[in-house]
Amino acid sequence: MSLDDAFKDPFFRDESFFGDFSYKNSPHAVNRFPFPFPEDDYMYSVNMEPHVKGRPGSIFEHYFDVDEHYVSEMRDRARVLEQDPLRCQSLPHMTLAGWDLLELIMEKFAEEYPQWFALTKDSNRWHWINRPLGIDQKFTFLDESTLPMGPFEYITRQAQGDFTLQDQREDNLWIEAGMVTSQADWSLDFDIGMNFHEWHAPVPLAHQMGIFDRALKFLLALQHGAPVRRFNWTMTVDPLLDTSPENYHKWGPTKTTLTPENIGKRQHLRVELQTLIRLPRSNAICFPIRCYLISMDDLVTRPKWARRFHRVIKTVPDELATYKGFIRNKPMILDYLSKFDDGAPTSPGWWPED
Amino acid sequence: MSQTQADEVMKSRPLYGTLTPKQGSSHFIVADGEGGDAVAALLNAAPDMKPLAHIVYIPGANGTDLTALLEGLGARVFHPAPSYASASQRIRKVLGDAHMGLQLYVAGTEGLIGQVQRDAIAAGLPHDALTTEQRGSKARRVQCVHCKGITENVTLDPFVCSHCGLNLFVRDHYSRRLAAFQGVCIDAEDPGEVPPSEERFK
Ligand code: HEM
Repeated sequence: MSLDDAFKDPFFRDESFFGDFSYKNSPHAVNRFPFPFPEDDYMYSVNMEPHVKGRPGSIFEHYFDVDEHYVSEMRDRARVLEQDPLRCQSLPHMTLAGWDLLELIMEKFAEEYPQWFALTKDSNRWHWINRPLGIDQKFTFLDESTLPMGPFEYITRQAQGDFTLQDQREDNLWIEAGMVTSQADWSLDFDIGMNFHEWHAPVPLAHQMGIFDRALKFLLALQHGAPVRRFNWTMTVDPLLDTSPENYHKWGPTKTTLTPENIGKRQHLRVELQTLIRLPRSNAICFPIRCYLISMDDLVTRPKWARRFHRVIKTVPDELATYKGFIRNKPMILDYLSKFDDGAPTSPGWWPED
Repeated sequence: MSQTQADEVMKSRPLYGTLTPKQGSSHFIVADGEGGDAVAALLNAAPDMKPLAHIVYIPGANGTDLTALLEGLGARVFHPAPSYASASQRIRKVLGDAHMGLQLYVAGTEGLIGQVQRDAIAAGLPHDALTTEQRGSKARRVQCVHCKGITENVTLDPFVCSHCGLNLFVRDHYSRRLAAFQGVCIDAEDPGEVPPSEERFK
């Protein structure tokens, strides 16, 4: 497969998420950025809502959002996997869930983006075309020997965002497969095989607030065909998708190189759109974690976001700022943002112009 | 996540009980260091277990060696081993061959308990066939998240990874699959600024 062909469609940006960090959002991408704060302050909560279609043009328009960063993100994933193959793992009994996910992604992509993807089926003989990535694949559904790699790895190399698959048994969820190359500092290799409370163990405050007990109870009853979604967020210096603990000793030092002059360009708000989907054959829960990055300079072009983000960062508890890894730069971030907050009231909801 | 040390026990951290006799057709007992005392207490409280007992004992990394005490208990099989690595083939074979009614008891360091637990799960032993008791050194088995190498018997925090040499702090985050805690580079953001080591896990 030749990724270079892809850039012939000018919709897809040719950019990097490491080295010279040429990643950038177009004005359209800034406008549709998923700003995750509906109010002027933030605390953990069981923030889940039905994953239904939203406003045209927004990231909620489609089941899976394929955006201008698609091809470059997939190239970055391939690079990370080459360096560290342990970022994609699937325990043997998760293969069926991998097929479930492959089917879901192929069907939704082909239905919602016919200009880029096509799927034709002749009973179990399937034909998949992915034009942006230059892929043309005939294979037999549920027959692993007809794909170049397992179904889970195959399809998640073609879809933006990290993916994990959770098996359900003993009234718990077990993280037993993952494609994790754009994570906010957690290790699939360490966490694989854990249950819901175990993999969430490092999170401060939320356990005591009962958030994980309630969230798990809700998820155990999640129905096929009724997916839900939530946001999470953190802060990242430079548009680095791969903020892995494995490489923390390499990217950690960049936090010390922020200055009042470069912070607007280099400090990014990192938003994860997380969806929870019950899969039909395996009964597993799929958890896509889609990462969106926006520089402070781009964020403050929307006055409502600028005011609100200043207030959120000002009031976020230190435990959260420490956990999210931006406590050392919090004063500099506040200095930068304060210039854009005149104290005017903000309207409810996260849309920039409402 | 890298900065956090929760002050209360993390949910990924296992909890342990006390060795107590259970009904079973055979009793497989693995212990290290001070765990030997728990085994002696178990068999002395229930002497009729002895003809059905198979003990594997590993002296502690801290020097505690109760081999003589355990040898004198009169178990059907007593196997002294110099290290977990040297005993692991035998342990996996016994667990793999286990019939219904085998009871497994593990006493000693968290590193030993974790490794036997991991091997027992892999062998398909039912959860309720396993009893554990933590005794002796609180030393930890720690996996370096960067190079993936495991350092045994870690008592200091921070410590130097025995594989890649990075300065690691020890998180409470624990993986049962690896039977190890997680070690993360402590001076990643300010290379060379390493606080003095403290003996946290005696
Ligand atoms: C079943 C799918 C889910 C998976 C695989 C998952 C995985 C994770 C992981 C790996 C972390 C990082 C933990 C660390 O520091 O090592 C995390 C953080 C977190 N998760 Fe989940 N999670 C899931 C669902 C949920 C749900 C439904 C909630 C709803 C309340 C939730 C709430 C949180 C929160 C609040 C954090 C802390 C995030 C932060 O402050 O940056 N998670 N999750």
